[in-house]
Amino acid sequence: METPETHAHIVPYGTFIRVWITLLALTAALVLVSKLEHDALSVPAMLTLTPLKAGLVFYYFMHLKYESTLLKGMLFIALAALIIFIGFLFFDISYR
Amino acid sequence: MTLEPAAAPHKDSEGAKIGMWLFLFTEMLLFGGLFLLYSAYRARYPREFHEGGQELNYVLGVANTLVLLTSSLTVALSITAIQKGERRLSMILVGITVALGLVFLINKGFEWSHEFHVGMYPGSSALSQRPHGLQLFYGLYFTMTGLHGLHVIAGMGVLSVMLVLLSKGKIRKDDHIKLENSGLYWHLVDVIWIFLLPLFYLAA
Repeated sequence: METPETHAHIVPYGTFIRVWITLLALTAALVLVSKLEHDALSVPAMLTLTPLKAGLVFYYFMHLKYESTLLKGMLFIALAALIIFIGFLFFDISYR
Repeated sequence: MTLEPAAAPHKDSEGAKIGMWLFLFTEMLLFGGLFLLYSAYRARYPREFHEGGQELNYVLGVANTLVLLTSSLTVALSITAIQKGERRLSMILVGITVALGLVFLINKGFEWSHEFHVGMYPGSSALSQRPHGLQLFYGLYFTMTGLHGLHVIAGMGVLSVMLVLLSKGKIRKDDHIKLENSGLYWHLVDVIWIFLLPLFYLAA
């Protein structure tokens, strides 16, 4: 629903600072895991922590949390298209 | 039904925001295509990509991540500030964001000049003697970080214009969609870097 309230939503300074601290902590975790030189650990860590970081930027910094269903749906379609392409690519690579 | 007299210029922040997001989708797919290319070549030359990643300076890559994450914070805070009517604070925060963009580029400049110094640039004789997979790695590295760097420069330009508009009072408490949209662009540039960091610097 698009209401005047959601449009004029003011995100408190504290929320952004907490998100920033979380992003720094996730980056530190990512770097530490990658330096363990342990592929069984570092590959899953990268595949989960990186999209998680991007998600936090989208959701809080880019105000997605406070946006209309229309905008969220549009982003979902764009990301879904990209993920389908990635899926097809790996489908092709693994059966080549 | 009678038409309203055109007293105030038409404003549609919601439409402006949707337009900005549509543009951001094209940016996501632009970089998405390059990420696909990276994945395909990495699957084909895993050893060379591993070696290439080890040759890059991950400390510089991580430092630049911290710079961009912090600049994302300051631009997000600047929007809260203008919404609260704190124009001076908002201007300081946008100024810090532009300065952090410059720090990012200087860092990147050191990194690239080192690679040029050791002859690891596209078309160099030193690189042409190395395995094909490594040439592809460096080609993608320069293309993707270079295109990203151009986006940082563009973002700094846009935010500098916002600084002028803030100082002239054209971006205000009740009309700040331009700053919001510029912030969205800056955040997307940050998100792209979030993906570049593990692909080039950490996956080694």
